[in-house]
This record gives sequence, C-alpha cells and structure tokens, in this order.
Amino acid sequence: MNKAFLLKYGEIALKGKNRRIFEDVLVQHVRFALSKVDGSFVVTKTRGRIFVEAESAFDEEDALGALQRVFGIVGICPAVLLEDNGFEDLSSHILEYMEETVEDKHITFKVDARRARKNYPKNSMEINADLGEKILDRFPEMSVDVHHPEMVVRVEIRERINFYLREIPGPGGMPIGTNGSAQLLLSGGIDSPVAGYMVARRGVNIHATYFHAPPYTSERAKQKVVDLAKILSRYIGPVTLHVVNFTDIQMYIYEKCPHDELTIIMRRFMMLIAEHFAKIDNDMGLVTGESIGQVASQTMQSLSCTDAAATLPVYRPLIGFDKQDIIDKALEIGTYDTSILPYEDCCTIFVAKHPVTRPRLERIERSEQNLAEKIEELVYTAIETTETLVVEE
Amino acid sequence: MEAYLDNAATTQCLPEAAEEMQRVLLEDFGNPSSLHTKGMHAEEYLKKARKTIAKTLKAQEKEIVFTSGGTESNNLAIFGTARAKRRQGRRILSTQIEHPSVYNPMVALQEDGFETSFLPVDKEGLLSLEHLEAMVSEETILVSIMHVNNEIGSIEPIEEAARIVHQKAPKAIFHVDGVQSYGKLALVPKKMGIDLLSVSGHKLHGPKGSGFLYIREGVYILPILYGGSQEAGFRSGTENVPAIAGLSVAVDQMFASREAHQAHLSQLKRRLLEHIAGIEGVVLNSSASEENSAPHITSISVPGVRAEVMLHALEDKGVYVSSGSACSSNKATKSRTMVSIGASEEEMESAIRFSFSYKTTMEEVDYAAAVLRELVPVLKKFKRR
Repeated sequence: MNKAFLLKYGEIALKGKNRRIFEDVLVQHVRFALSKVDGSFVVTKTRGRIFVEAESAFDEEDALGALQRVFGIVGICPAVLLEDNGFEDLSSHILEYMEETVEDKHITFKVDARRARKNYPKNSMEINADLGEKILDRFPEMSVDVHHPEMVVRVEIRERINFYLREIPGPGGMPIGTNGSAQLLLSGGIDSPVAGYMVARRGVNIHATYFHAPPYTSERAKQKVVDLAKILSRYIGPVTLHVVNFTDIQMYIYEKCPHDELTIIMRRFMMLIAEHFAKIDNDMGLVTGESIGQVASQTMQSLSCTDAAATLPVYRPLIGFDKQDIIDKALEIGTYDTSILPYEDCCTIFVAKHPVTRPRLERIERSEQNLAEKIEELVYTAIETTETLVVEE
Repeated sequence: MEAYLDNAATTQCLPEAAEEMQRVLLEDFGNPSSLHTKGMHAEEYLKKARKTIAKTLKAQEKEIVFTSGGTESNNLAIFGTARAKRRQGRRILSTQIEHPSVYNPMVALQEDGFETSFLPVDKEGLLSLEHLEAMVSEETILVSIMHVNNEIGSIEPIEEAARIVHQKAPKAIFHVDGVQSYGKLALVPKKMGIDLLSVSGHKLHGPKGSGFLYIREGVYILPILYGGSQEAGFRSGTENVPAIAGLSVAVDQMFASREAHQAHLSQLKRRLLEHIAGIEGVVLNSSASEENSAPHITSISVPGVRAEVMLHALEDKGVYVSSGSACSSNKATKSRTMVSIGASEEEMESAIRFSFSYKTTMEEVDYAAAVLRELVPVLKKFKRR
C-alpha cells in the first residue's frame, strides 16, 4: 500500500492536439515542485490525470502545499494505491483509512467505483453496493445519500487499485510557460506581485524589472523586492529580476519637468526600460499592478499616457480590482506581509503634492522635450548598469 | 574609505573578546552550577568578570548581576522595584527622553495602576532639578534617569538628582540607565547616590547579549525571571558565560586607559563640531557645551533633507550613521527626545546621529565631515516642493 496523490487538471484537457504538450509541461512542473519536498516521488501521466506516488515517507502537508502552487492543477486528491489482493482486502483498507482520516462520522456518503480493468470480478455497481454495505456496518452513524453526499468514496480499478475520499482545490490556471512570457514591473508594494501572479496563473512565465533610487530608497527596500520575487518563484520557478538604478533619471526629470507631471513621466521611462528587458527576455508583453483610479498615475488618462510609452501590449490584470480585493489576493498568495514592510519603494520626495490626474499626452510629450539633452544617455547608462539576478527560494 | 560612526547603536566586538568567547564555547563550556571541574572552570570566568567590572565601578562583586543587556537591565530595575515596593507607594518619576526600554516599562506600569510622571528637559536636553524637586514626594518609590541620552548625548545631572531624591524620598530607589555612559564618563554609583545602574556590553566592544545591572548592597528588588536562582536569585537562567567572559575582556580593555579614551573622544567631537560649523544648512541638535554633552554622541539636522535619504547617501560613501526616527514617510513615530528639546518638524525629520568609540580615528571624522559637506548642497537641491 502506497500513499499517492491523484491530480486533476481541467482546462488543458480541452486543448486538442496541444494537449500532450500541456500535459508534459505540467508533469515537469509537478516534478519540480516536489523536488523541493523531502521524499522521493514518481510522477506519471495517465488518462486525464497525473499520478504522484510516494516511494518514501514524506510530509503530507509540505507535499500538498507544493502541489497547491502548481498552476494547471484543478484538484488534488490524497489517495491510496493498492495491489489487487481481492475485494475483502480492498474493503478492509478502505475502512481502515476512513477510520483514520474521517474525523466526524455523522455524515452522508456514497461510493463511486470505476472499473477500467474489466476482468475484475465485480462490476462497478456491485462494488458500490457491497462496499457501501461494509461501510454502513462498520460506521453505523453514517448514512447513504446518492444525490447530495457529504463524502464520496471513489474507487478506481486499474492495473492497481486506488481510492480516495477528498479533493482539495488546486490553484487552477495553466502550466507556466505554455503561454509565453511577460515582463512584470515589480515594486515593493502590494499590487505588482499580485499582478504577476495573476498573469503567471494563465501559463505566462514572468520576468521582472525593479527600479530603485539610492540613496532615496534603501538597500532594505531592494531586498524586499528580492524577497517578493522569491515568493513568486514558489509558483513560477526561478525568477529573472532586473534591478535598475533609476536615481539619475528621476533627478533629471525632477530638474527639467513640471513637478505635477513627474510621476507620469517617470512611469513612461520605466515602461521604456522594462520594454528593453522584455525584448531581451523574449517577452510578449508588460505587466503592471495598476487598477483604475487607485492613485493619480492610474486614472484612465494617466494609464493611456503610460501605455503610449510602450510598444508591447501592457497587461493590467488588477484593472478592475478594489484595493481590498488585491489585499485579499496578496494574503492568499503569501506576498502581503512582505509588501507591507515599511521600507519605501518609491521615493516620496519626488512625488508632487498635487500630481496631474488628467494628463494629456501632447503636453507630457512636450515636457519631455526638456529632457532631450541628456535623457538618452541616462537611459543607456541605467540599462548598462542594471544588475540582473535570478531569484529562487 | 569607511567610517563606522554608529557606535551608540552597536560596536564591533573586540577580537580578544571574541577569542575568549570561543574558548568558553568550545573548551570551558561547563555550566557554572555543575559540581564537577568543568563547572568550576566555567565559574572562574564569572568570578573574574564580576571582579573586573566591580572594580571599574568601585563596587562590590556581589553588587553586579549579569543580564542579557541594557533592555533586560532596565526592565529588571523598573519592574523589580515596582513589584518590591508596591505597598509603599505608587509614584514613579522619569524623564521624557528615556530610551524605550525605560519608557515602555513605565507605560506598562501606568496601566498597572502606578502613577508615572515624565519630567521635561530644556533645549540642551537637561533635566531641571527644581522640577525634579517639586515632583519627588514621600510617595515616590522609583526615580529613573538616564545618564547620557542616546540620541543627542546630553549628560544629566545624576549626582544632584540623586541627592534630591534621597533627601525628599528616603524610601525611593534611584535607577540610572548608564548604557551610553559606562566606560565613557566617570561613574561611581556609591559616591553618586545610584541604587541601580544598567549597562550593556555591545556598546563598548563587548558581545551582544551581554550586560549587567548594578544593584547597590541593601537595595531590595524582585526578579522578573524565576528559575534556578542564579545571580543570587536576581536573574535565573544558566549564565551566558561566553558573553560574560567577552564582556569582561572588553571592559578590561576599555578601562585600561579610560581617561585617555575620554580625552580622545573629546578631541574627535571638537573636530566634528568645527567641521559642522563650516557647513551651511546644518544645525546642531546636541549641546555645544562640553560639560553638558557627551563626547561620543553628536546629533545634527539638515532641514529639508530627510534623515533616511542623508543616511543612505552617506552610506553610499562608506559613512555609517543613524537617523533620528526609523522611517519618516509612513509611520513616523516622533522622537520623544527631539520633541522634548523643542526641535522643529523639519529638524526632527532630518536628524542624524554620529557616534564614536575610542577606536574611532580623526581621519574617519574628517572623512565623514568632508562627505557631509559635499552631500548637503546636492541633497538640498532635491527638496520636495
């Protein structure tokens, strides 16, 4: 008898001829995720599901945690895998397992057996009936409800037999890398890590760019962003992080442009630089954590001004989220506690007291002409001096 | 070049102290309470340390109780006194400029029903003795005053304060937080009228996790940690022998030439003040008087330049200092000391502290001042408008 997990995946089963590619990628990701868990596991693909069989003792919670972070998995069923030693043996294993794992036995249940191997002596109807009876004998406090059971005892008769009682939801989405990659503008705030997660969950691999402004932002602020990238790496694997020194560009803008336009112009140059790295990383788009109206630089007018600085599409997965929704998501994926550490991510000194909320692109572009003399060189230097890290937990 | 001028935050452990600690950790690792020779050898370190330290204070060995450092010493002094004296009175006096490890226990006691008053200080950060005299009464059970303020370096009139306290409230215990003064200024508790004195080891090139509370003979306080009754019952828990041994080495070295060190520190400070006087836009928060301000701590402000920004800009050039308040943007907890000396909002936001050790060199001070001179005009230009 072996402990195992049966993994269910939804959407990728629908993808026609590409299905096998998707499945193979998912199997790879499952293997990678489990490589971080103590124990040895064999991962195999059968029809429409993935089987993880433990070959050694392991921490079930750790393994479950790792699997819950693999995009593409819809359900995780802790299962037991048996050799076929007859129906009596199977029943006693199931009863034993229920004894151990089902705490409150005052519940309704049904048995749902599937017989893929047709030479098994009982057909599925018979298994359902006979096993149901044995369960009722052993646990008289349980009762059968075939329409809305609180627990389904699932039994699959294949070469070997597996059974399981519960299905834990996986993260859903699609396997990382099956939808290309994008460049995330990662700050130390609450929003951008969540935005990265949301896009990654759709199968997009994420690279990231962070802008720091020493001495206006500290080494600790940078470390915080590295830590956030590490948390993201739990879901997407090693993250490439470009750390751009933005101080000189910021100061130059500060010197030359109207102060109420600072943030917007700054963000346009951030887009420009992030796009440079997107192209190097073969990304097909940019990702930001903006949501409409959250701050002055995120009004519809401001967003269209920042958009105009990029040629790649800019994806904003949080666009319709309220702040509280974003916070809830950040808590769920584990970035919140790091995001709220009090080191400044964007230096407030450069933020005007009353920034424009309805910038017009022509005016912004006219202001940017004040930068003509040196900005190209400064952008070039910022790119040249960028530190690129590969971050992994 | 590098100039570590944040010695009031912590100092580098002396190599000799570290070596001693390694010896204790790996060789003489016994528990001082064990009856066998391994225990005895370990106990030797404690005895030696107690003797070394007692000598520096002209105190008796049994008056030294080892703790984990300044915070524990202050907590033990304050809670220990309050618990021992709660039937004799409920009034406690302190100042507005105490370190959080004094201030916060006081606030906790307030919630416990004690009446705590915090005395104000003047522009130089000095406590008014008249004010103290007016506030001390027979009901007072504890007065706690720091010797040297950790932010601006003001030297409080400890001896005079002690006299007033003992005269007007014979039952009161007089506690002094000596974390920033021990080893730097002359400190003889008995002569000065100090009943309890807190000291931390890592401020004087000893290891972190070391320190002691001087408890004058005859002063009765209750412990805050109960257990195996180590340290005469004042502080249970197996003694941190490696840290205590390291502390002893550091103290030994510090006091080998304390007066020369003090003269050196004074010279450093004079030089720093000369430099600062020549930089436009810099104001001095510490008192300029040598009598009223410790030689190793100097606080300045550069109005218009946030302390954190200045700190990181200095850091970029290898100069390490402290900022007045940890983070000014979001949760600015205003410095009680800066409020108390009447600093303006701008001065508070931009306060940075230079702090020396006897190992600090003149070159380091000159270098730091040169960097500061260079940075001030640049950073002032990018002021938030």
